[in-house]
Amino acid sequence: MSIPWIEDADQALAEAKEGGKPLLLDFTAAPM
Amino acid sequence: MYPDPRVERFINDEFIPARFHVKKHPEAMGRFHVDWTPTILILDSGGSERHRIEGFLPNDDFLAQLHLGLGHAAFTAQKFEQAAERFDRVVHDFPGTDAAPEAQYWAGVSRYKATGDGNALKATADAFRDRYGETTWGKKASIWAA
Repeated sequence: MSIPWIEDADQALAEAKEGGKPLLLDFTAAPM
Repeated sequence: MYPDPRVERFINDEFIPARFHVKKHPEAMGRFHVDWTPTILILDSGGSERHRIEGFLPNDDFLAQLHLGLGHAAFTAQKFEQAAERFDRVVHDFPGTDAAPEAQYWAGVSRYKATGDGNALKATADAFRDRYGETTWGKKASIWAA
């Protein structure tokens, strides 16, 4: 299993609003 | 990367997931007022921040914090019964984490907000006598004991 991370904040906010789901924003310094 | 499959499953089931690297996305760090990594923000569907986790946590503590964040998101949406269920789950499933006493406190507040019955707060204070009484949350709940 993997997580389909979004790297565009506006896209993530739009998807959350459209789907009525909360967002998880992960800020990292580890290799992506 | 999250090595625990429970974490990946929970994120996939419950959230729209977004990730930003400190070097690749400095604008996102500024936009959301993030000054340290790792930092996890839980935002409600309207984009308002409801919970912040700064620094590494072991798997159970991290999962408990994610549940706690969903509880806070439900609470601020005035979905108090749903919030109480979220907070109860933290206490039940992750009793040894720092999130548990905070969740126990907010579960009581959620029940009070849902019903208007002050006994929900007294019951919460009583519960803190049995467990977590010496924590900050236990001290906060002590005002409800009478």
